[in-house]
Amino acid sequence: MKKYAYFPGCSLEKMASSYHKSALETTEVFDIELQELDDWNCCGATTYFHVDAILAHTLVARNLAMAEKEGLDLVAPCSACYKNAYFTNDYIKNDPDLKEHINFALEEDDLQFNAEIEVFHLIDIFANDVGPDLIKEKVNNPLKGLIIAPYYGCQIVRPRKNGEEVENPQFFEDIISAMGAEPAYFPERLRCCGGSLIMTNRVAALNMVRILLQSAEKNGAHVIATACPLCQVNLECYQEQVNEEFGTDFKLPILYFTQLLGLALGISPKKLGIGIELVSATPVFSKLLPKEAN
Amino acid sequence: MALKPSFSDEISNLLYAAHGNPINACIQCGTCSGTCPVANYMDQTPRRLIGMINADLKEDVLDCNTYWFCASCYHCTVRCPADIDIAGVMYAVKRYSIWNKTYSEDLVGPKFSEAFVKTIVRTGRSYEPILAPTYMFHFGPKDFFHEAVTASKMMLKGRIPVLPPRIKRLENFKNMIRKIIPLGESS
Ligand code: SF4
Ligand code: SF4
Repeated sequence: MKKYAYFPGCSLEKMASSYHKSALETTEVFDIELQELDDWNCCGATTYFHVDAILAHTLVARNLAMAEKEGLDLVAPCSACYKNAYFTNDYIKNDPDLKEHINFALEEDDLQFNAEIEVFHLIDIFANDVGPDLIKEKVNNPLKGLIIAPYYGCQIVRPRKNGEEVENPQFFEDIISAMGAEPAYFPERLRCCGGSLIMTNRVAALNMVRILLQSAEKNGAHVIATACPLCQVNLECYQEQVNEEFGTDFKLPILYFTQLLGLALGISPKKLGIGIELVSATPVFSKLLPKEAN
Repeated sequence: MALKPSFSDEISNLLYAAHGNPINACIQCGTCSGTCPVANYMDQTPRRLIGMINADLKEDVLDCNTYWFCASCYHCTVRCPADIDIAGVMYAVKRYSIWNKTYSEDLVGPKFSEAFVKTIVRTGRSYEPILAPTYMFHFGPKDFFHEAVTASKMMLKGRIPVLPPRIKRLENFKNMIRKIIPLGESS
């Protein structure tokens, strides 16, 4: 059994509870334990860095330090949390002054951080630790006939970490194929969803959502898979506002990749948090029904 | 005799720990503007903003909405042939304008950022319903209505918490923050 410190982040508590549930259900199948950090704090999403960079790094470092204390690497399911955790860890590893400054503050909570851990996004765990071959082996309910658009979004791949592929990643497509589904050709898969602008520049954000929905729909996707709660909410909960603003008629389900993977692994929809969508996931299920039942 | 640093130096100094080259390495190729998904909504494109910073056009830079409309998507950053962290520059200008209170009043971005930070400092967690009033009252009636409808639908599905979450070791947490920045009484 492999074990990680798990930092769910604020959105997974309620807004994205289905991501939380399905992450725990699916990792368990592969004998991976996600141990939630005790008393984690908000990492500031992207907003903290608007105000003070050192403070932002300190808040992130508190969570990292708690993982290090347990002797575990950290996994974050939210792309914004992941980016923060990855880069704070990286900066502290490379900047002794920053490390000292932050540790001076962490003392107040009896913590210390030596930057001796690694940080992963939840999807890294499936793409690398588990890998498509093992996924395929465990799939007992292949999602045959379902066309899934892999939405990478921004922060899983950007900024570039360790020289990784940023223009043409394939790991999401590989996971989708391993589920027995077909990855949609989705040229906008790396384009920003505008999530961080929805409160501050609504029309720009809605237009960014529109472009993604249009691209997925045009290419025959039945559902968009996401790996980030902010992208999920933006694409799903604002779909109706997009329709009103632009006179469109999108009804495209947006599910977490862990929910789709869970279905392929034969886990019940309820355990995967399916049923609290604002855009119904029914079209996904009707595609999966045996043809004669349609 | 100490010279007052130029605006472009001030911004460069705020690019804390950013990887990549200094802003003056910009060759004005426009890759960033061509990549940016928000460029159409910006007063000045990212390329122009970088050029304006290098030309020390401080007032014009701070006056425009470009850096507040940046979605921090890092697409420009990974494509810039001069290896400039443009998204990092946008953050730096945001910080500069918040510290100096120079952003234009009709923008929601800075108010949202400040309210967000205050909530986290007070509770250790973020909480949408507390944040909502800070930006919702800056919306026009139509946007306000849309936002309220979306929020109540999410509430009905149990996707918005009723009570604000708090961390357990809150006092330690606040003391930790005090070591980095002074906290106002209301925090
Ligand atoms: S992509 Fe880089 S070099 Fe080209 S204009 Fe933008 S900042 Fe300058
Ligand atoms: S990081 Fe900002 S400026 Fe750069 S492409 Fe994205 S939205 Fe545009």
